[in-house]
Amino acid sequence: MATRTAERARDDTRLALLFILPALIGFVVFLLWPTIRGVYLSFTRFNLLTPARWSGLDNYTRMVQDPVFWNAMGVTVYYVVVNIAIQTALAMVIAVLMQRLTRRTWLRGLVLTPYLVSNVVAALVFLWILDYQLGIGNRVLELIGLDRIAFLADSGWVIPTMALINVWRHVGYTALLIFAGLQTIPETLYEAARVDGANEVRMFRRITLPLLRPVMAVVLIVTVVGSFQVFDTVAITTRGGPVDSSRVLQFYIYEAAFSRFQFGYASAMSVALLAVLVVITFVQYRLTRAGTSDLAGGG
Amino acid sequence: MLRRTLLAALLLTTACGGGTGGAPGTIEYWLWDSAQQPGYQKCADAFQRRHPGLRVHISQYGWDEYWSKLTASFIADTAPDVFTDQLAKFPQFVDLEVLRPLDDLVPTADIEDSDFQEGLAELWKGKDGKRYGSPKDWDTIAMFYDTAALRAAGVDPATLGELTWNPRDGGTFEKTIARLTVDQNGVRGDEPGFDRTRVKTYGLAANGGGGDNWGQTQWSAFTGSAGWQATDRNPWGTRFNLDDPVVQDTLRWYFGLVQKGYLASFAAIGGNNVITADKQIQSGIAAMGLSGSWTISSFTGLTDAAGRKLDIGLAPTPIGPTGKRASMFNGLADSITTFSRQPENAAKWVKFMSGEECQNIIGRSGVVFPARPAGTELAIAYNRDERKLDVSAFTDHIADRTTFPLPVTSNAADVTALMRPALDSIFLGEAPATSLTHLNQQLNELFEVSG
Repeated sequence: MATRTAERARDDTRLALLFILPALIGFVVFLLWPTIRGVYLSFTRFNLLTPARWSGLDNYTRMVQDPVFWNAMGVTVYYVVVNIAIQTALAMVIAVLMQRLTRRTWLRGLVLTPYLVSNVVAALVFLWILDYQLGIGNRVLELIGLDRIAFLADSGWVIPTMALINVWRHVGYTALLIFAGLQTIPETLYEAARVDGANEVRMFRRITLPLLRPVMAVVLIVTVVGSFQVFDTVAITTRGGPVDSSRVLQFYIYEAAFSRFQFGYASAMSVALLAVLVVITFVQYRLTRAGTSDLAGGG
Repeated sequence: MLRRTLLAALLLTTACGGGTGGAPGTIEYWLWDSAQQPGYQKCADAFQRRHPGLRVHISQYGWDEYWSKLTASFIADTAPDVFTDQLAKFPQFVDLEVLRPLDDLVPTADIEDSDFQEGLAELWKGKDGKRYGSPKDWDTIAMFYDTAALRAAGVDPATLGELTWNPRDGGTFEKTIARLTVDQNGVRGDEPGFDRTRVKTYGLAANGGGGDNWGQTQWSAFTGSAGWQATDRNPWGTRFNLDDPVVQDTLRWYFGLVQKGYLASFAAIGGNNVITADKQIQSGIAAMGLSGSWTISSFTGLTDAAGRKLDIGLAPTPIGPTGKRASMFNGLADSITTFSRQPENAAKWVKFMSGEECQNIIGRSGVVFPARPAGTELAIAYNRDERKLDVSAFTDHIADRTTFPLPVTSNAADVTALMRPALDSIFLGEAPATSLTHLNQQLNELFEVSG
């Protein structure tokens, strides 16, 4: 009897490994190995076509001294802050409205539709809507008596504009994640609060927000990491311009690698981006105590 | 079992990875200009009749994706045998050692400089003196104008041939574009009360800051006619001249036209997604624009909103402080990649494209000026007979020897990466023309880094 259980346990391990294997292969081939190789290449001079030559810390020294890199870092952080702040606030509102006001699945589904549009298509559509000469967006501005705005061709407007384009695309998805979090909060808490005479605002602040913390932590980590990697919108709408005002880190890395054939330097900047993301994720995780839930403790 | 499946999957992936040159005997050829594809297909048909065992497969990709696709193909080992090459891009490919010297291949070894328009073939030689591209066409710059806009402004098209410019007051050229500029209230640029912040039609179309291509269709006609050279020698210069007051004064004046409201602004032309000069004229954003001879067919095909053909005229670039006109002289060539598994066959196709038969086919299609003088004559005749267009604004530069070649230098990709934002910020009015001195220093440092 005992031997048979042991055998079955071993069988399960093999089966489990088999099931994990496809994902594991994908992880090793497309994630782990490229990461290791990327870190190695960051210490080399490599133009993609001739073998890489070891260059020590050269790429990192150059990076620290490169004003365009620091500008790209600043532009990226600016984008992330605008994008995440607006997106999270808006998603929260939408999620709460979805939970408190409607039970209709199609309406909840509707919120998600922009997310079904690819980044490239969304960027192209907004490029036309916001076009300085022909864009319907600028026509509307003129109709209400305002001056036209070069949304994607003005240094001051370009980053907020891009941040909003991506808020439009992602907010439904973020709202859905938060909505899922809201569903885990027991209705009994709200009933008790209502009995005690609490209004909607008070219930939101005292019940919803605190109990949503673990979900919000995950949502923030995922969206911030995604936001740091903005690329498609830039590549489609401005290619980093005007001048360097939308040259975000990912785009600068791409240019270094595939326009300037400086794969070593591009790798070094990618490693820097990785380091930044690891630190941010860690800090966020700690600050929001993402691993624990107030619900579990309190019962 | 699993291991075998994995192995099969791996083999399958690697099998898909190969594939340069496609089927044996099929020469893969890439170009970006869709307008030229029909002409080169005719050349390919003629080539296949001459060489029954060989086939040419032409792939066309738009300009922007063409170069990234080409780069990717070098890395993925799916590169074409032969591709259309451009002077501003070619030095980088020489640096990367992806081009095969044509002198080393039997069919192309006997290509002579003298087969082509003077000064064209020499540009395609590397620092080692070897030929890396066989010229297929050439181009110069001229001014396209909307005849209706000129008539409305009371500008006689005949006067456009005599325009002069200078960096102090812009000369008769600036007067003309001021006259052609109209604000939203219908006030012209040279009239009192002109609102330069609300321009409806700019006198001169813009085409970006010009950092990609040494201002080829932007300011090169002005810097050239002011007597400026971008590098100490060309090709393969060793020092840049952007710190020269001549270029800085010229660009201060040229980009200053944006502040005056005569030259379309960065925002007006769609930022980095530039609306080309032909579209600016078509949509009434601009009355006149500098552009290259390769755009003749786009300009002459323009229609208004009702579908009527626009009357487009051609005038030469204005005369500058040197007392002469100037135009950048540029062109395309065919290059063979080192990845080709049939270089000798590829060379036969290159040789055919640079030969009389194919160049005459291209000349008769009227899309570009072929590199051989006889082909050029055919293209001139096509424009005269079929389009009723006198293209001497382009060809006179050759006859009068008022051309200068596009600067060919090492580190071309880095040069572009540094120049583009620097010139855009002058175009935007965010940096003064004197900032070019700093740019020049950065560009010169590239020579030191690369050794």
